[in-house]
Amino acid sequence: MVGIKSYGAYIPYYRLERAEIARVWGGFAMNPGEKAVANGDEDSLTMAVEAAFDCMKGMDAKESDGLFFASTTSPYREKQCATIIAAVLDMRNDIRTADFGDCLRAGTAALSSAVDAVKAGTAKSIVVAATDCRLGYPYSQMEHALGDGAAALLIADSDPIATIDDCYSVSDEITDVWRRDEDHFVRMWEDRWVITHGYSKNVEQAATAIMKKNGLGAKDLAKAVVYGPDPRSHEALMRRLGFAPAQIQDTLFAKVGNTGAASALMMLVAALEEARAGDRILLASYGDGADAFLLTVTKAIDKIRDRRGVKSYLASKAALPSYGKYLVARNLVELSPGQGIVGRGSATVMWRTRDWVLGCHASKCRKCGLVTYPVQRVCYRCLSKDDYDEISLSQKKGKVFTFSLDNLASVGINPPIVQTVVHFEEGARFYCMMTDCDPRQVKVDMPVEMTLRRFHEFGDFHNYFWKCRPIREGGE
Amino acid sequence: MESIKDKVAIVGMGCSKFGELWDKGQDDIIIEAAYEAYEDAGIEPRDIQAAWVGTLNGMAGVTLSEPLKLNRIPVTRVENFCATGHEALRNACFAVACGMYDIALALGVEKLKDTGVGGLPVGRGLHPVLESRRTAPGTFAFIATRYFYTYGLSPEEGKRTIGKISVKSHHNGSLNPKAHFRRDVTLEQVISAPIIAWPLGLFDCCPTTDGAACAIIVRAKEARRFREDPVYIKGIGLSTNQMLPHFEPDFDWTGFEMNREAARQAYEQAGVKNPRREISMAEVHDCFSITELINYEDLGFSPKGRAKEDIDAGTFTLEGELPIQPDGGLKSFGHPIGASGLRMVYECYKQLQGKAQLPERQLKNVKLALSHTLGGPPQVACVTIVGT
Repeated sequence: MVGIKSYGAYIPYYRLERAEIARVWGGFAMNPGEKAVANGDEDSLTMAVEAAFDCMKGMDAKESDGLFFASTTSPYREKQCATIIAAVLDMRNDIRTADFGDCLRAGTAALSSAVDAVKAGTAKSIVVAATDCRLGYPYSQMEHALGDGAAALLIADSDPIATIDDCYSVSDEITDVWRRDEDHFVRMWEDRWVITHGYSKNVEQAATAIMKKNGLGAKDLAKAVVYGPDPRSHEALMRRLGFAPAQIQDTLFAKVGNTGAASALMMLVAALEEARAGDRILLASYGDGADAFLLTVTKAIDKIRDRRGVKSYLASKAALPSYGKYLVARNLVELSPGQGIVGRGSATVMWRTRDWVLGCHASKCRKCGLVTYPVQRVCYRCLSKDDYDEISLSQKKGKVFTFSLDNLASVGINPPIVQTVVHFEEGARFYCMMTDCDPRQVKVDMPVEMTLRRFHEFGDFHNYFWKCRPIREGGE
Repeated sequence: MESIKDKVAIVGMGCSKFGELWDKGQDDIIIEAAYEAYEDAGIEPRDIQAAWVGTLNGMAGVTLSEPLKLNRIPVTRVENFCATGHEALRNACFAVACGMYDIALALGVEKLKDTGVGGLPVGRGLHPVLESRRTAPGTFAFIATRYFYTYGLSPEEGKRTIGKISVKSHHNGSLNPKAHFRRDVTLEQVISAPIIAWPLGLFDCCPTTDGAACAIIVRAKEARRFREDPVYIKGIGLSTNQMLPHFEPDFDWTGFEMNREAARQAYEQAGVKNPRREISMAEVHDCFSITELINYEDLGFSPKGRAKEDIDAGTFTLEGELPIQPDGGLKSFGHPIGASGLRMVYECYKQLQGKAQLPERQLKNVKLALSHTLGGPPQVACVTIVGT
């Protein structure tokens, strides 16, 4: 029985009030609320990593047979992100990896491909991670609308928390919302046409068809999880499909914004957080057509209540104090170059050390038990050579051993940089920056967790590495 | 193991003006230091049989042979982070002690003010991601944070304590014609200065400086042929650690094992049992005020965790029981990295000879002078003791 075995989500720590955008540009915020903004060291890949870790909590990623990455904002034009994420999750290498992109349906396209692969017996389970951080033109309604976030689902052939009963897709050639290969910001044709002949028409066709095919009416569904580009269009479509307010899953527009390829799956995670055994759920996404799915929640749903998911990450947040900080967070302004950071990128070095760079591997000495990061061939304490096991610190907790708030290190990148030495419960020490924090609140012994971030661009490729952050317990 | 004690002597030294020498190149400051040393030793350039140059930013032995035209003789460039100047001296001393050469030259130099920005670069270019955005003040701020935490000093108390160190060093530098900074500062100025890396402010940090210092080394038994008042090497200890102790599980961030080990080696060679009482003066590595504080403890001048008491008592001022940084230290004299170890020895040498330029700077009854460099974040330390 193919279904969702686990879920996870990620929402960046920082939020921007839409009123602040309106204040800067004049005018008013057509929709109230706030949007989630990825920090300057985050991108679609790092957000997908967070959601995937949340999804795989308490599970062994080595048992999974694949990973699909879905985004319209992949950090690479040419190079797979799924392999990077698989390395971060410490997965096996005899697995199926693929990137889905270029369309807001990328998330559900990855989902249906995973469902098909598992159904066909090619894989027993596949992690699907959908993520986006699209940019609207400054001073546009799109700037108000778009937010950043990610969702992840583990699709498997056993123990589902929700079975995936049917899929239905519509393909429609329409240039309504797009970015050319050289475009930085999302473009859009006149909104009235985009909504009526793009969004509403396609989603209505897919949703109606899958319900009819399965002999279901609107009243038979516990939740309708339907993508919506904005609250007004979403509401109008849901009314036409015949759903009552209690059945309609919130689009997260007021709290996160439109997260593109991740949107429908983030809504699904939010729905599953509240779901009960027996609930039937309609899931539908939009983008050059529409994908629709029917799901049935099982009793196993109660086993997956410890995910941070949408609920917890929504509760853990801080307001960006100004539009200027938003520009910095999204790398939309060029800051004074200041003091250069000395370093050279090397693809071979990063490749050779990827187990500890991406997998966060420490060595545990078999003789004296000392745990050290990164992997040390000769033990600091007992000097035994090449006699260790590797353990990953990526999901371990630590405490700040010492720190500094460094203004010199941060010229040109939003001072101050919080530099820390983290002491892990396992005994290892990790020297890294702290991100997503209020520098004034940093203290010795403060509990922290690790998070993969984009570090720099040496070698003209993205160098990802670990930072620590205050534990985002949120609503847990 | 033998001791280096009284096997070699310094018979000439030179030290360039330290500061932001915009109008001088590295070659100019090398020439300034070397020719002062030649004259002081009463030798000609062609008397030099071998030379060591210490610098972080040079290139091979030619860094030295090019400006000084020391052609044909062996010239070696050494580098050991902030202990580089001491390392040049150490190599020259051992070469002379073993009898291979009669006269050797050691010179340390750094030209830092040609980069376009203040401060040292961020990171050192090791592994592409491992170093974080490492800065010198950022790392030594770790020491301050952890030291204050461990010994129960509030940030305000901690900043006042280390601030007094900077006030003392600025005063000493104000008396020294060759120093980079020649002005007094108040404790209030130090505490309210802009933060570089919390808790360290501007006046907790040494400057980036251009400068060079040079020593001429001969065998001890021949030293009096050159001058009446040679200065003898009593002990040299060197100890190294990890590149990034940041990742070392047992490191306590309140003191450095290689400081203690380098000191132990040097004290043993020099026969020093009670450093607080036997050392007449010291030049210690004060790249940051907090560094000087932990050096007091690591070198055995103050008990562990109790340097504050000695700082408050004025123990290390010019008039105090054990004057430290009589020339102003890195804080006020400046820190051209490769030159600093030899600059410290220059001050020891002059104080031992009673030739500190101005009477108000001259210490009395100097018998044994210690200099100490620390490459950091804690990676290497060198302690060199000289005496009459």
